[in-house]
Amino acid sequence: MEADALHDLTAAYALDALDAEDARRYERHLAHCERCQRELAELSESAGALAYASEAPMPSADLRGRILDQAKAERPNVVPLRPRWLRPVIAAAAVAACAAIVLGLWALSLSSKLDRRDAALAAHERVAQILAQPGSHKISFSRGTLVVAPDGSGALVLNKLADPGSDRTYEAWVADGGAPQPAGLFAGGTTVAVPLDQPVREGATVMVTEEKAGGTEAPSQAPFLIVRNAPQS
Amino acid sequence: MSKTPRLMPRSFAHLSDEAVVALLARSDESALAELYDRFGRVAYGLALRILRDDKLAEDAVQEGFLSAWRNADRFIPERGKASTWLLTLVHRRAVDLVRREDRRRAEPLTEGVEPPSAGSAEDDAWLRFERERVQTALKQLPDQQREALELAYYGGFTQSELAERLGEPVGTIKSRMFTGLARLRELLADPRPGETAWKPTPYTT
Repeated sequence: MEADALHDLTAAYALDALDAEDARRYERHLAHCERCQRELAELSESAGALAYASEAPMPSADLRGRILDQAKAERPNVVPLRPRWLRPVIAAAAVAACAAIVLGLWALSLSSKLDRRDAALAAHERVAQILAQPGSHKISFSRGTLVVAPDGSGALVLNKLADPGSDRTYEAWVADGGAPQPAGLFAGGTTVAVPLDQPVREGATVMVTEEKAGGTEAPSQAPFLIVRNAPQS
Repeated sequence: MSKTPRLMPRSFAHLSDEAVVALLARSDESALAELYDRFGRVAYGLALRILRDDKLAEDAVQEGFLSAWRNADRFIPERGKASTWLLTLVHRRAVDLVRREDRRRAEPLTEGVEPPSAGSAEDDAWLRFERERVQTALKQLPDQQREALELAYYGGFTQSELAERLGEPVGTIKSRMFTGLARLRELLADPRPGETAWKPTPYTT
């Protein structure tokens, strides 16, 4: 098969839609074609997302144990010292002769992100609690969703929000007939979950502005997002 | 998609999926348990949709996770997310099984009525959120692209089988799959470094 024809198989391969022979041929080509490696990485992310579109019921409770038991039984005697993807770390630390040191470095680079991750996880948990309340309603807009629970607790979920920059922050506001009240600071991200520090009553408006790091007590500029919690019919 | 781990050291909660796979490559069983807790349910939902049989779906999940266990050192983070890698392994097993059993469904692949789910409220909320996000993106694709993606990914049909089934040249099917996946990627895309994902300009709903 010509190289062009092999390039064309990338989408089908990402979807596992090649027969065994074509799949083998494509894999041989893939091993030395950077263009296809790049394209496959991209298309596979889309294909992988399709997994989430299905209803996800619980598997039987003993499946987890079965998998772990079999893994234990197969446990290799030789532990690989250099998982392939640690190569860049190893190259950067050529003196790191044993994997323990390599992993130590890697853990160190990880720990600097832990505080931010902690905050992000806590925010996600709070938003999940709001989402999970029976009777919560959602107001969707082009770049996200406002969720309001019956008790008035609210959360913004924003998609693909650019980073505000190192000395800037996003600030949420809730206005309910008076001046907007500060309702939380947050950064950008792919999916940003923002639990609001102010209740969102019916008719209240939720806004977002960009402010200097640390936030302000009153918006310094026009909001770039305005969502009204319109009364439910 | 991180969840609170069960019976796991608290430290796992902070690890990215990619970091958990790195531990998996060192034959750390608790890393495998953590991966299962994060993705077992999504993987099972996917396998069930393809195989339409509880037992076979569990087989596919088991074989997919064990394949991850055996091959974790082959995972290359530059080539994609750990979750994609893992779900690809499960998907491949499910497709192998459905082809072997020749259980491929003649009936249309439409969304069923959602059965009640027995997961935790938090899991349910996030899985529902993710599901709605992907379903919304899928609905924005032209019908023929969506049909090609769904029949290939959930139906387990090869591109040649699809061409025959739909009465189109293989080239047409390839192009629908490619365009559909590329468009879906745009609809779901993470912002690339250096790109402004969302310019804060005033607008209202």
